Amino acid sequence: MIKEKGQINENQEENLATSSKVESPWTIVGRRLRKNKLAMIGLVVITILSLAAIFAPFITGIPRDITNLANTNAPPSSEHLLGTDSLGRDMLTRLAYGGRISLTVGFVSTSLRILIGVILGGIAGYYGKGIDNVIMRIADIFSCLPFLPIAITFVAVLGPSIYNIMIVLAILGWPGIARIVRAEILSLREREFMEAATALGIGDFKKIVSHLIPNTMASIIVSATTGIASAILTESALSFLGLGVAPPTPTWGNMMYDAQSQYVLKNRWWQWVPPGIIIFLAVISLNLLGDGLRDALDPRLKQ
Amino acid sequence: MAEKLIETNDLLEVKNLKKYFPIKGGFLKKTIGHVKAVEDVSFTIKKGETLGIVGESGCGKSTTGRTLLRLLEKTDGEVYYDGREIYGLPKDEMIKLRTKMQIVFQDPYSSLNPRKTVSQICGEALVEHGLAKKGKEVNEIVSDVIQKCGLAPYHIRRYPHEFSGGQRQRIGIARALALNPEFIVCDEPVSALDVSIQSQVINLLMDLQEEMGLTYLFISHDLSVVKHISDRIGVMYLGSLVELAPKDDLYAEPLHPYTQALLSAIPIADPTYKKKRIILKGDIPSPANPPLGCRFHTRCPYAMDKCKTEVPEFKEAKPGHFVACHLV
Repeated sequence: MIKEKGQINENQEENLATSSKVESPWTIVGRRLRKNKLAMIGLVVITILSLAAIFAPFITGIPRDITNLANTNAPPSSEHLLGTDSLGRDMLTRLAYGGRISLTVGFVSTSLRILIGVILGGIAGYYGKGIDNVIMRIADIFSCLPFLPIAITFVAVLGPSIYNIMIVLAILGWPGIARIVRAEILSLREREFMEAATALGIGDFKKIVSHLIPNTMASIIVSATTGIASAILTESALSFLGLGVAPPTPTWGNMMYDAQSQYVLKNRWWQWVPPGIIIFLAVISLNLLGDGLRDALDPRLKQ
Repeated sequence: MAEKLIETNDLLEVKNLKKYFPIKGGFLKKTIGHVKAVEDVSFTIKKGETLGIVGESGCGKSTTGRTLLRLLEKTDGEVYYDGREIYGLPKDEMIKLRTKMQIVFQDPYSSLNPRKTVSQICGEALVEHGLAKKGKEVNEIVSDVIQKCGLAPYHIRRYPHEFSGGQRQRIGIARALALNPEFIVCDEPVSALDVSIQSQVINLLMDLQEEMGLTYLFISHDLSVVKHISDRIGVMYLGSLVELAPKDDLYAEPLHPYTQALLSAIPIADPTYKKKRIILKGDIPSPANPPLGCRFHTRCPYAMDKCKTEVPEFKEAKPGHFVACHLV
């Protein structure tokens, strides 16, 4: 008897759920993102840059570190599409290899940052009170530390390497993510579905991991995309100051560092313009993608 | 706390339950007062019956419901479920007991996690309590339950945003039923729905009660809904239970002046019928600073001097008919 009633109700109520295919929240986000042209351009550019970095050995076929002192500072030619540097190494090859380091630093340091931020922010937001106070005051302290002096000290003590840069970026960057996650969880934990989870006897850990964190993903993803961009910039800045990755490993930043003399800037544009443009492209496309994701993930927009 | 066995077939017994929320203020966030949301509430619920609780907004109906499920911690008093004091239970026992006591919420929008499918929403607890294995087994149980609640089996893979308000409320009911509970607190389950869907959901709840032998605490501010579904009705005012009686007794002969005023506000579908409405004067006092004596004396048309100083006892005026008033 109840089943029959169910069938009738279905006909009456079921307007929303009639469409045949099941749409998860993520498919909807994907659809909205595809409509945003700028974000798609950003996605395409960042994909091309990543692919170029992954397949760097096949782009020119010239080894990365082979010097050719007979052909230093050569302008772009058919043999070296972007010319050579002061040691005769092919610029295009080094640019592609540089992407490996710069993009890896961006992605890995941001992942680390998110890991720390989500764990601490989640705990602070869920438990509140004393725990929240302690964690957020620590976050305040970390975000008060001036970035460059700390980074320089850290790198000077531990030595310049790609891993140390990632660690510095993560350690100094997590408070931003932790604040976002905490703020979202503070409001989410008061929602009735959390009370329902308590009533169902679900444990704290599972409540945080499977109910709260997935609902904060939207803000985390947005903050991550822009975070990757700023990590790339910071890596470039540190490499430019000579604190980043040690030569001969190329990164976009230390390639610009190599070209910082007045004479080079004036006469050998191919040594500094291409890395500059690539950094600019990577950062702006990640920012565009982040903006697009923010709009696509906004649950208030329903389409 | 020693476990106490009750001889009667009471499933739930609430004794002098109190719930105060602290008011924090000042520079150091000191507690400067309390909102007395629930003050000295006592009642019992028999196995298989529906106890309706009515009252205005903010009178502590929902807080009572949540406190006796231990979703909020009590301030004082005792709650016995099946003879066991639930606040005396250790954590793991309490988690086990949660499979027996469930809640259906008012707002079908905020009570479902938007990132989970129906199967996950209703099946999560089954996995958590080890009652079913993740995957096929859970899906089978969930699709059974949602069919009982009037949804179709293929709905289990859908997300809440794909459903209408009434359907969402059915999912909320299915979530509560998945664990096969004995007792369900229905916290205004139909107030957020429009009238045509309200009756469907109420009939569903009544059918399920018959089929599964459920016991309900039905919280609502809608008098006609409560009358339809309840066996007994309790009336709350400013955190206290003022009257508790079998449904027919209460509607035929309300003893407390507040209940009389409340019942006189039910509209009657007859334009020629002239009835006497009791209009209460003034506003409901603040629960942070409730009046001394009888809490209703500031608005009661029959208030006496005694009412201002003495708290009336909640006593049995007639068999099964409890009331807290000096007049009776």
